[in-house]
Amino acid sequence: MSTAPPIPLDKLIVCTHCDAVYALERPSAGQKATCARCGTVLITPRRKAGLQIIAVSSAIAILIVAATVFPFLSISAGGTTNSVSILDAALAFSDGLLIALALATAALIIFVPLARVLLTLYVLIPIVLDYPPVRGSTQAFRFAEALRPWSMAEIFALGCAVALIKISDLADVTFGPAFWMFSVLVVLVVVQDNFLCRWSVWTSLDRTRKS
Amino acid sequence: MDVAGQNAQILSAREMGVVACRRCTKVWPAGTTTCGRCGSAVVARDTLSLQRVWALWIVGFMCYIPANMYPMLQTRTLLSVQEDTIVGGAIELIHYGSPGIAFIILFASVVIPIGKFMAIGFLAISVTRPSAVSNHHRQVLYEVVEYIGRWSMIDIFVVAIMSSLVQLNTLAAINPGRASLFFALSVIFTMLSAQAFDSRMIWDARAAQKRDEGAEGQKGQPAHD
Repeated sequence: MSTAPPIPLDKLIVCTHCDAVYALERPSAGQKATCARCGTVLITPRRKAGLQIIAVSSAIAILIVAATVFPFLSISAGGTTNSVSILDAALAFSDGLLIALALATAALIIFVPLARVLLTLYVLIPIVLDYPPVRGSTQAFRFAEALRPWSMAEIFALGCAVALIKISDLADVTFGPAFWMFSVLVVLVVVQDNFLCRWSVWTSLDRTRKS
Repeated sequence: MDVAGQNAQILSAREMGVVACRRCTKVWPAGTTTCGRCGSAVVARDTLSLQRVWALWIVGFMCYIPANMYPMLQTRTLLSVQEDTIVGGAIELIHYGSPGIAFIILFASVVIPIGKFMAIGFLAISVTRPSAVSNHHRQVLYEVVEYIGRWSMIDIFVVAIMSSLVQLNTLAAINPGRASLFFALSVIFTMLSAQAFDSRMIWDARAAQKRDEGAEGQKGQPAHD
């Protein structure tokens, strides 16, 4: 039953969502290859995507670190003021059992996005510079992809908007520098995610390893 | 632009005797267990998928019950201490005249989680028997569930921001309640449940149906060689 198919295996592409098999036909830059059955995007190559992603990823890494330490929001009511950083917000759940929640929140909004961009940089820089992939590249990229649903910076941003409106009639809220950094950050995270063609990265990791 | 699909019939990898890595999409001969490119486990169909989906679904659902019964936020002002559950807090917001925010909270914390429980349950049941809903719609439903599930976390983040920001000594203080932990666990477990679902099963049922129909009528389409 499992006789070798007529087409060599690396000339095939399989949709991971619905398992449909196609003969591989590389789209040219700017075009998209989508699954005819379920519509999943299979390949989206872009010209100079590698360099752009590296640039965007570096910006994200710097912004995350900066946005984490600078004051994010400050509140004042009746002469008392309180200003917090994103780290403070993440660690708000700090009594008893809620510590687990504090760590999870910090991970979701700071450490997972940071880990993802660092891993992406680790994998992409050698590829773009035409060096052989660094040791552990495949594991790194696999891990970065597995972390993808757990990176929740953009959700935190919407959460801020909701919290601000809730608080604004209770007290005066002013934005710190980290707030603006975080706003830029959210846009960059989305841009980086859309520029990255997973198929191309995996293929180049594969090819460079053989040679 | 489509890669292929020029031929009328689309074969699945399993029917062709190959298997694809779901992480890096590399194609291997059937029977391969570990992807040689990225090291992920490779299976033609994840046969234990449904069991894991249901197990995680149940845990997620069990966490969702206390998440709604315990207070999510404790607001302490000069005069009073007030504890709000998720729904209670939203109703409070409507009274204070911000129905928009109340709507976002209700949507993210009630409509999305319950819709997600129903959607995952429906998908898991639908792959075991013939379904009236087309494969394409179920695939879209699955993708929506996977995408939107994360957004339920917004309520946790709102609680986090508010309780770290509103700490004005005696004047006012907001503290997270116990429900926040259960709510976060519920979101995490339903995300894991959705991830455990092997969406390729949606398409198998139809392929099997078509083959049965085709077996009598036309002969020219071998299902596999």
